[in-house]
Amino acid sequence: MNAVKFLFAAYIATWVIHGLYLGSLVRRFSRLRQQVKELGKK
Amino acid sequence: MKRIFPILSIVTVILLAYALYEALVVAPTDALQGDVYRIIYYHVPSAWTAFLLFFINFVASIQYLMRAKKSTEVAAKWIVIAIGVVGVIATFIPAVQHMLPTGMRPSAVATTVLLIPIFYFLIGRWFPGDKLDILAVTSAEVGVVFCTIVLVTGPLWARPVWGIWWAPGDIRLTSTLVLWLIYVSYLVLRRFSNSAQTQMLAAALAVFGALDVPLVYFSIWFFRTQHPQPVIGGGGSMDPRMLHVLLISWMAFLCFAFLVCWSRFRLELLHREVEQAHAMESLVGAGSTRTSLPLSRSSK
Repeated sequence: MNAVKFLFAAYIATWVIHGLYLGSLVRRFSRLRQQVKELGKK
Repeated sequence: MKRIFPILSIVTVILLAYALYEALVVAPTDALQGDVYRIIYYHVPSAWTAFLLFFINFVASIQYLMRAKKSTEVAAKWIVIAIGVVGVIATFIPAVQHMLPTGMRPSAVATTVLLIPIFYFLIGRWFPGDKLDILAVTSAEVGVVFCTIVLVTGPLWARPVWGIWWAPGDIRLTSTLVLWLIYVSYLVLRRFSNSAQTQMLAAALAVFGALDVPLVYFSIWFFRTQHPQPVIGGGGSMDPRMLHVLLISWMAFLCFAFLVCWSRFRLELLHREVEQAHAMESLVGAGSTRTSLPLSRSSK
């Protein structure tokens, strides 16, 4: 029963890693879109 | 194409939820390990997805290097065809079959060998010019994410089952860690080097990095390791219900990886266009002109 916590830890860790990566993609996208806006204004 | 992305996203979310339900509820409990074995439903599909992405990176890098000269490009095409034909024929020769490790099916080897020319020509056709390099960086980055999951979930399974987090010196574990380090260094090189040769150097590094993938995969056949033996294509046995869940989970992870790669690919395209626009702007002179690059197209 104690081992089940490792199972949940593995599943949670997987989605935390994916979440962090997806978050970094979103951040990079929004930064680039900001740059595109600034370039469009010039 | 704009409609496909949200539709595929919904399908992927449903698949992932279904795979999670199957993994936690439907799949039978292992008689020896108990419920903790269910980690394989995330660990193994992540490993297979990482290998596939590194293989795509390898093919894209080879193509990128070969395209430097027309003669090498043509030679590479014929070499790839030869690898496919000779490899498939060789797996049906009894003498070669005897050389294969116990449990490894010749048909599995033939299929894998056949994938090399198929991937080579499909990638070459679908990703012309600089898109090949964008595909390489995309597949490497997403591959590293999946490989990270393999390296995190592996010890989380090993601790309750083996009693240790990591088996020092175990070739499967060490070679996987080396693989991860190679591709992390590949990404670091791409991120921080501004040389004109960066893409070429990165492609060369990727080719060497990919050589570690077969070592990782076949290490459990050729060396004594603590890592469990393969359950598919390697003579191992697995409850058909467990195998069914494993394949569903892999399909869900493949769809997810495809979506992430798609997003990362678009991000890289946009990044290069912005860089180009900045370069144009500095060439023409700050504030004197508007850029004429199609920024709005890729930003959508």
